[in-house]
Amino acid sequence: MLSCTARGANRCADGEETLKAPRLKYFRARSLDDVFAALAAHGDEAKVIAGGQSLVPALNMRLLEPRLLVDINVLPGLGLIEEREGRLRIGALARHAEVGRSPLVARLTPLIRQAIPHIAHPAIRNRGTFGGSLAQADPAAELPACAVALDAVLHLASRRGERRIAARDFFKGLYETALAPDEIITAIDIPPPAPGTRMAFLELARRRGDYAMIGIAARARIEGDAAREARLVFFGAGAKPIEAGTAAAALGQGALLDRIAAAQDALADDLDPLGDLQADGATKRHLARVLLARAVRALATAPERDAA
Amino acid sequence: MSEAVDIRLAVNGEPVARRVPVRQNLVDFLREELGLTGTRAGCEHGVCGACTVRIDGAIARACLVFAAQLDGAEVVTIEGLSDSGEIADLQAAFHERNALQCGFCTAGILVTAAELLRDNPRPSRSEIRDHLSGNYCRCTGYHAIVDAVEAVARQRSAKGAS
Repeated sequence: MLSCTARGANRCADGEETLKAPRLKYFRARSLDDVFAALAAHGDEAKVIAGGQSLVPALNMRLLEPRLLVDINVLPGLGLIEEREGRLRIGALARHAEVGRSPLVARLTPLIRQAIPHIAHPAIRNRGTFGGSLAQADPAAELPACAVALDAVLHLASRRGERRIAARDFFKGLYETALAPDEIITAIDIPPPAPGTRMAFLELARRRGDYAMIGIAARARIEGDAAREARLVFFGAGAKPIEAGTAAAALGQGALLDRIAAAQDALADDLDPLGDLQADGATKRHLARVLLARAVRALATAPERDAA
Repeated sequence: MSEAVDIRLAVNGEPVARRVPVRQNLVDFLREELGLTGTRAGCEHGVCGACTVRIDGAIARACLVFAAQLDGAEVVTIEGLSDSGEIADLQAAFHERNALQCGFCTAGILVTAAELLRDNPRPSRSEIRDHLSGNYCRCTGYHAIVDAVEAVARQRSAKGAS
């Protein structure tokens, strides 16, 4: 969460003692064309608001001072969760709570089902949106790491048309994505996991619902006692979701449970986390090893597609 | 597009129509515009839970929603829940068990606990703590709050069974 020192900044800027958003204009978009027109007309001065659960704190602290809010909450059809030819499609406006309750999500991507309860608190999950979390690209957020681990494909739309981009190419850096200023995310597609795939999501936070000190989104196809195509994606471990490719390769070289120590050692090549408000770098490195071991044990013992 | 927006919504079942500044959040709208001061403005950045209200049937932080966004919405505050009697048993249990001291967080906690018991009538203590994890109380240490919510869950299910 944003630090309380930002309060001082707000007070200085505004002479107010409380956290209030700056003066703003408001536009309730009723169609994608409405959104595109507003973004084209106002450029950098406009900000799209979906759930607002990260945006509004940033406004209240004056970390952002847009002139116009383009509200997309009532756009039709953007909140659907559906199965399309085996792929799970999650509309950008689907609320975390809805995603967490969805039987489709639980069946097709148990990783996301496991991740949702770690996102903040119930009142936040009732409003925060799947697409908003990806667009925000907080380095400690759960869903960007899940999207990368699951090879999700994001649908981006602008006046120029629609394009699709793989999650691993979407996240560029700290709160930085491939989203152009005139684009919004409309949906996220998640390909069906190969038969035998298991998933595990684990997170360590100082208190329930706090930002992660570190977390892992893991999946692998299990053949006998070995892991194939293991994907280990850490969050809270760098500027964006970090794929631990060396550790994942080390896991594949023998019986899964015999490869834990080798994979942990390989993590040194994958991760070099800086400290943040939640934990210092050395703590994160240590906890990454701990979570890796737990995730591998979960993958080794979980039923197919589900490590819950 | 102006810096003021006309909204019509229902607050505690009553129709309300107002012109609001875009930057006004829901908690300030409720307190200053409608005089509904049961909802508290605490941290104003979504951390403490003191401003929790119900919007269209689901709890939300009133400091993280602008009133301007709520045209057509149904908002229920602690006053609405209290007047309807929906949480009378929770209120009594909080009173009996000293589950509040200064009371600043209590409205938000009651609104949150009401949702938990609606969706999960027999929560474990761990589930109660989990659902209330976004509501800070700096007085009680939480034990009495968890006790009160658990007691109401038990009472309600005993009533339902008889």
